[in-house]
Order: sequence, then structure tokens, then C-alpha cells
Amino acid sequence: MSLTEDYRKREESITLSGEPIGETHELLTLNIGPHHPATHGVLRLITTLEGEVVRDIKPIVGYVHTGIEKTCEDKSYWKAIPVVERMDYLSYYFNATAFCGAVETLLGVEVPARAQYLRVIHLELNRIMSHLVWLGTSALDLGAISMFWYCFRERETILDLFEMSSGQRMHTRYIQVGGVIEDIPRGFEAKLRKFIAEMPDRADQYADLLEKNQIVLQRLHGTCQLDEETLLKLGVTGPLLRAAGNPWDLRKAQPYSSYDHFQFKIPVGTVGDNYDRYRVRHAELYESVKIIEQALDGLPEGPFITPDRKVALPPRHELATSMEALIHHFKLVTEGFRVPPGEAYYPIEGPRGELGCFVRADGSAKPARVHMRDPSFVNLQALGPMVRDSYIADLIATLAMLDPVLGGIDR
Amino acid sequence: MEVRREQLDGPGAPATDFRVRQLQARDMLRGDLEGEALERYVEERVMTTTLDRAVAWARGNSFFPLTFGLACCAIEMMSIVGARLDIARFGFEAFRASPRQADLLILSGRVSIKMAPVIRRIYDQMLDPKWAISMGACCSSMGVFNNYALVPADKFMPISVHVPGCPPRPEALAHGILRLRDMVQGHPRDGWRERYDAIGTEELLDPAAEAGSAAINVFEAGDTAGA
Repeated sequence: MSLTEDYRKREESITLSGEPIGETHELLTLNIGPHHPATHGVLRLITTLEGEVVRDIKPIVGYVHTGIEKTCEDKSYWKAIPVVERMDYLSYYFNATAFCGAVETLLGVEVPARAQYLRVIHLELNRIMSHLVWLGTSALDLGAISMFWYCFRERETILDLFEMSSGQRMHTRYIQVGGVIEDIPRGFEAKLRKFIAEMPDRADQYADLLEKNQIVLQRLHGTCQLDEETLLKLGVTGPLLRAAGNPWDLRKAQPYSSYDHFQFKIPVGTVGDNYDRYRVRHAELYESVKIIEQALDGLPEGPFITPDRKVALPPRHELATSMEALIHHFKLVTEGFRVPPGEAYYPIEGPRGELGCFVRADGSAKPARVHMRDPSFVNLQALGPMVRDSYIADLIATLAMLDPVLGGIDR
Repeated sequence: MEVRREQLDGPGAPATDFRVRQLQARDMLRGDLEGEALERYVEERVMTTTLDRAVAWARGNSFFPLTFGLACCAIEMMSIVGARLDIARFGFEAFRASPRQADLLILSGRVSIKMAPVIRRIYDQMLDPKWAISMGACCSSMGVFNNYALVPADKFMPISVHVPGCPPRPEALAHGILRLRDMVQGHPRDGWRERYDAIGTEELLDPAAEAGSAAINVFEAGDTAGA
């Protein structure tokens, strides 16, 4: 098929909506992406425009398809963690937790309380970090360039904390099957307390910068509304659904990793427009700080990883004295642990919505199938209904408020 | 008047007096300055260079990177503009959204086979002179994935600098850009060869063999079918 034919075929497949085309109307097919600064990655949007009004939109994904799910099938369980982490590259702790949670369910391993609390601390730090990147880049799309510097300043502080506890800024591989890889180092708590003390003030500053800005308000207020029912039909979760008024949050609805121990609120919107989407995420910054504070205050003593030597590596010092430890270490590092046959789905509340990991085990040391239910992918479906019959400028704002991460969409 | 100047500007007396320097400059422009005085004047004030070197100096200090993010590394690429690293100190902060205004392509992330023709097209659209940095393990060697979906950037376009890491720290990327600056300004670093005193051990392809080595390139320049 030649290029022209291919293009015509794609053009024909676009269904039209809204008003019927009169004699004076003309439709324009505009290709946005895959290289476009406002698409938050390599997303391609084929838009059908009538003047400045978007009549139809067709997202084309797959430009960062990495074959992560397939690669996992070729790696032992603990070696699949770093691969899974690189899927949605703004929520690496979430990816690892979802995967490890599914494997732990299959193994029947109990995660120690301290590990659960440490996971919560890092998950919520990751949520703040993800929302900061979203806020910085989205404000950039709306023309508010200074937000980017403020948000990335706080992001660097969080990444310093990640580096302190795990040695890496991104893709930390901190979450391990059965717990976490290491306990938090000395000085981490003081630094974290300093951060959670200043973060609410910083979030107030963001609000002051944005919410008194007439341009930002006009571009967000009442644009691209979508009601709760349609969102639910499309399977949309996370801040987008909460902005429409539905308080669905897996941290409350189906607590995992001892989220039921903490007091926090779920911010919800009222009408589900872009402004609500912004407000919900912004309010989540404060709630995450509250959760971190409670987890840090109530951090239980005890092991940071399960004592089950069949799953977790023995401590380094035992290798010199214990033959048993040496054998376990050798088995875990060479083959990995075997998981009894079965299937498990482990959903958690990611920064963008329900992030679930499905793992099917066939009794060997490698998963037979790993599938991620990534919220970005499902939420992208809602882009069409949101932006139909609105201005193309609102399309950019809506895409920013949708917060898609293409690494998660394409996997 | 000339006698006075000889007195002030004689041997051992530095030409620090502003009035004297003014007079010297005037004489220089008139063509009256001669002999030893002229020699000294030129030595003190005139720097000779070639136009190429001057242009290379300017180019190397003001890259215009393309606003182009692929995956994880793009987030770290964005943070080099942030306050902590502040790439504006070196003059590389003007990210351009159009390939026609950019001269540096930072490939930040994994290049899938679907994306490769698009990247090649973007690279072809950039105006000469242009450079490319392959940031991170994925687009240099397919990284941790190393599977059916990815292709290393060297397979379809020339890369000037590879920055290792998964993802590289912003400091590492800044280091890569500064090494590229050295390259552009005509004094490339030899990397490990400097450290191990191994300069001159480079193995180069036979120019005769290079003509038939088109197999290295998966895509020909301008061939963007399917993009």
C-alpha cells in the first residue's frame, strides 16, 4: 500500500460527530505528533478540525512499545522487577509494588509491617513526585513557564531522598518481593521530615501562582467536561474520575500495604472539568504529605523484608558463616524462587488511577504471563469524548490534565 | 609629540597610561605606527584566528537542543533545564520545538522500531551542522530490554556522543553535552585513551570497505516510508 493510499484509508476511518457538515464547512485533518512538545511523549493524535473546533480525534499509540510484558516472561521473578519499573516511568515504585504484590499473593508471603510502612512512604513520595512533574509540564503547556522550575525544585528534593534510600534517582528497584531491599539509612528520617514540613507551603505557593492567573483559570474552568457515568463506562480511574465526583480510591476501597492504618481524605471534584482535574491532583499533594507523616511517626520496628529464605536473600554477613545461607543465596541468584501455579491480579492506586498487575505462574522460576493494567492507557480512551466539539487549544489543556505517560500506555 | 610618547612608552615603562594607548590606537588606524611599536601593539591587542574556529567556538557554546522526549530519560533531560543543574550556564537552554531551528538532537529514551523512521525523519529535517546525543542505555544498546521491539540509534543515524546510564543523571547528560562542545570546538577528548596513555590506538575502517558498508544503516537518508 502506498503512503497516500494508507493516509486516505486512515482519513476515511475517522468518524464524524457533532453538527452535520454544511456546504460552507470544510474539514481539516491535522496530524499532531508523534513528535510534538505538547503530547507529553510520543503520542500521535489525528484530529479532524472544523475551523478551530475539534470534531474527532484518534490517538495512535505504540511509538514507545518496548515489549516489557513479553520480556518479563523471559526473566526470573526478581529480575523482572527492574523491567516492570521502567514501564510507567513516573511511577516506578507503583509498578514494582503492583508486580511484587501479585507475586507475593501467589507465593503467600507475608510482608512485614515495617516493609509495608516503608513502601507507603516511598509510594506517597512517588505520588508527589509524579504530580509535580505533571503540574510543571502541564503548566508549561498552558504557558505558565515558571511553574516548571518550582515543581522540579521539589522533585529534586524527593529524588535526593530516593537516592539516599536506594542509591538511584529513578528506577530505584527498592521494592522487593517480600518487602523492601534495604532499610532506610541514618539521616533519612530527618531529611524526610524537613521535606514534609515544607511541602505544604510549597503547594500553597503553586496554588497562589496558578489560581489567581486569569489565563490559567479561563483555560481550565468549564472546559472539556465529562460526566461520571461516561467516565465509568470508559473504565477511567484515578484523579480523572475523582474530579467528576466519584470518590473511588483503592487506598480506601480496597486497602493494601496497611493503608487502612492512616487517616487521609480523598479529594473529589464537582463537575469534572479541567479545573477540577487540576484541583484534585493539587489537593492530593497535601494528603500524600499527611500519609507520609503518619507512616513516619508510626514506623514499626522489625524486619524490612520477609524472613523466608526461600524468597528473600539472606543477610550478607550470614554468607561467611552459614552453609545454609550460602545455598539459599546461590539458588536465589542463579535460578530465583519458584512460584506455585496460579493467577493473581493485584491492583493499587497509582498517581493516574488503578494500576493493576496480572501474573500467571506455571510453577517455574519465570512468570508465564505478566500483564499490566496501566491507568494511562485506559484513561486515554476518554480523550475523544472529552475534547469532541471543543477548541483545539482546549485539546492541549485537556491532554495535559489527562496526564498520560506514554511509557505506560505502550509498555 | 612623538618624543613625549617615546619617553613614556620606553623600555621598562608599561603602556598603562590611557592617553598613551588612545594615541597609539589613533596612530594604528592612521597607519602611522611602525616598527617595534607596531609589533608590540599587535601582540598586545590582536588575537588571530580562522573564521572556522571562531564559528566552531560560537556553535559549541550555544547548542539549540530539540524539544524531543522519548521515555524515562526525557524526564532527566528536562531536569537539566531545572534550577539544580541549570544548563543555561553553558548556553544550551534554548530548547527548540521545531527540528528546523535545532542543531542538537538528544535521543532520550528507548527507540522502538515504530519510532525509528520518525526519528530519522526528524534528524533529516534538522539543518546542518547538526549533532546527536544518544542518552541512556536503551538507545545506545537497547539497555535492560534488549528485545524485539527496540533498535539502537546507531543503526539508523549517526550519533556523536553516547551517555551511559539507566537513566543517566542530569549531571551525566551535562557532561555529555560538554564533551560534545569539545568535539565541536575541534579538540575532542580521547576519554579512556587519555587515562591509559593509549592515544593513537584507534582502529579505523578501511575507506575502501566503507563504501560497501551500507548494511550498517537500516534506513537511507530521506527514506521515511511508514513514518
